[in-house]
Order: sequence, then structure tokens, then C-alpha cells
Amino acid sequence: MTEITLEMVRQRAEADARTYGYYLNPDPKFLQSLLEGLKRNEERYGYPSCPCRLASGKFEVDRDIICPCDYRDPDVTEFGACYCALYVRKDVQEGKTELNPVPERRPLEKQAKAYGATTSETKIKAETVIPSTGTITETPKNKPKLWYCKQCGYVVFRDEPPYTCPICKAKREMFAEIETRIDFTG
Amino acid sequence: MQFSKVSGQKRQHKVVLYALSTCAWCRMTKQFLEDNDVEFEYVYVDLCEEEDKQKIREHIQSKGGPLSYPTIFVDDNMLITGFRKDKLREALGL
Repeated sequence: MTEITLEMVRQRAEADARTYGYYLNPDPKFLQSLLEGLKRNEERYGYPSCPCRLASGKFEVDRDIICPCDYRDPDVTEFGACYCALYVRKDVQEGKTELNPVPERRPLEKQAKAYGATTSETKIKAETVIPSTGTITETPKNKPKLWYCKQCGYVVFRDEPPYTCPICKAKREMFAEIETRIDFTG
Repeated sequence: MQFSKVSGQKRQHKVVLYALSTCAWCRMTKQFLEDNDVEFEYVYVDLCEEEDKQKIREHIQSKGGPLSYPTIFVDDNMLITGFRKDKLREALGL
């Protein structure tokens, strides 16, 4: 296995920020600390999970918090930074907007999985994610499904659709489930 | 659970910090407490055994806190989530 260097982690983050129109944390010490955290997580888990969230070490459970996490786009839009503040909005990068801690958007039931055996209190009731359309619902035991972006056609195989389409930036509401059906005829 | 202790002159409150070893916000919180000469104990949750992780989760949730780090307990009755300097200053009288 190739050794993970801090420079590799930095370049990956820089490239991703460029692609999606974000900026990296403007505080050199803060940024260094975040990159070191990502490096450490990649070394111990095999993937760069968010340095500011407790990971389970199981890829399937941590998939949504692998950097860039599923929550980055809505968090940068709403709060000017992602949860760990690796990625920030332009006004934050320029120092026009103050950087404050970002509240956790990740559902509690997912967070709880990093603490080993789940107790009954963490088995949270099924919740409707988008009540307005009523098309996307979360069941307590999610199974990956195929989702497609109605705007650009991007397809993803996940428990839930992304908050924002990584290709065309369409909102979650633009995602619909692809239902596969096998017909036996003749 | 093995807590690490940081000595300081300000000992009026019992301060417990739950942190992640990789978290930048946690690191800043720790630095802030050290810079302000506050005595506190901390533990890195990600380096704990499963059993201790459970205990920490129960502790935080019993006080109604979210499972976010850093989580700071002041005298075991006040819980501060995230690196909030204003709240820390107020709670610790800094």
C-alpha cells in the first residue's frame, strides 16, 4: 500500500474545492490540523472519514462521512462551512463572514452506530425526509437503492439520495428512485 | 476510562472535555482551556474501548446533548457542544 502523505491529502482537498467552487479553511493552522486528522483516519480506517466525527471503522456505516461528506454541500450553503470546516464559502475564506461551529446534520441513528451495540432508544422511528413530495421516505433499516437526478441523469446507489447532485447541483427533491422490476413472461 | 489531566490555576469548576484525537475544533478547545489556565480532564473518544464509548454516549445523551465533539461538561450539570468561546468564558467565568 502506498504511504499516505499530508501533501496527497492536501492536493485532493484542493482539487475538490476547485471542482465544486469551494475554498479550503483560510487559517493555516486549522487547515493543517484538519488535513492531519484526515490522514490519520485514512491510515487507521482505510478511508478519510471526517476528522471531527466519530467513525465506526466500518465502511458501509461511515460512507456518508467520508470526506467530502454527504452533508458538505448543504452545510457550506447554510453555514458557510462544512461540519469540520475544511471546506468554506468564499465570504468565509475572505474573512467577511465569521466561522462558527456548524451543527451536526447527520441523523442521530447514523451517529449512534459508531458507539457499538445500539439500544432501543437509538432506534428512531422512520422519518419522512421530504414531506412536500412524499416520494422519498426513510425506513429504519435502509437498503441502498438506485436514485437518479431528474435534471442531469446522474445515478447513485445509496440508502438515500444526496442533498445536492454532485454533477449539476440540483437539490435533493430532483432525485427519484429507479425501480427495477423483473418480469417473467412466457 | 482513562482521563488525562491538564493542570491549571483556575480550579473553581470541574471541567471534563470529550474530544476526538483527529478533530481540529477539539484541539482548539483544548488549547483555549490551556491558554486560560483552566484545570480540566479530557479523553479522546475515538481511542476509547467500545464499552467506554457507550458510557460517554449515555453521559452526553443523559444531559440532552448531541453526539458532537468537542463536548464540555462544567460541574457535570452544564454541557457545551462545540468550540464556543463565549459560552466557555461565561460558564468558567473567564
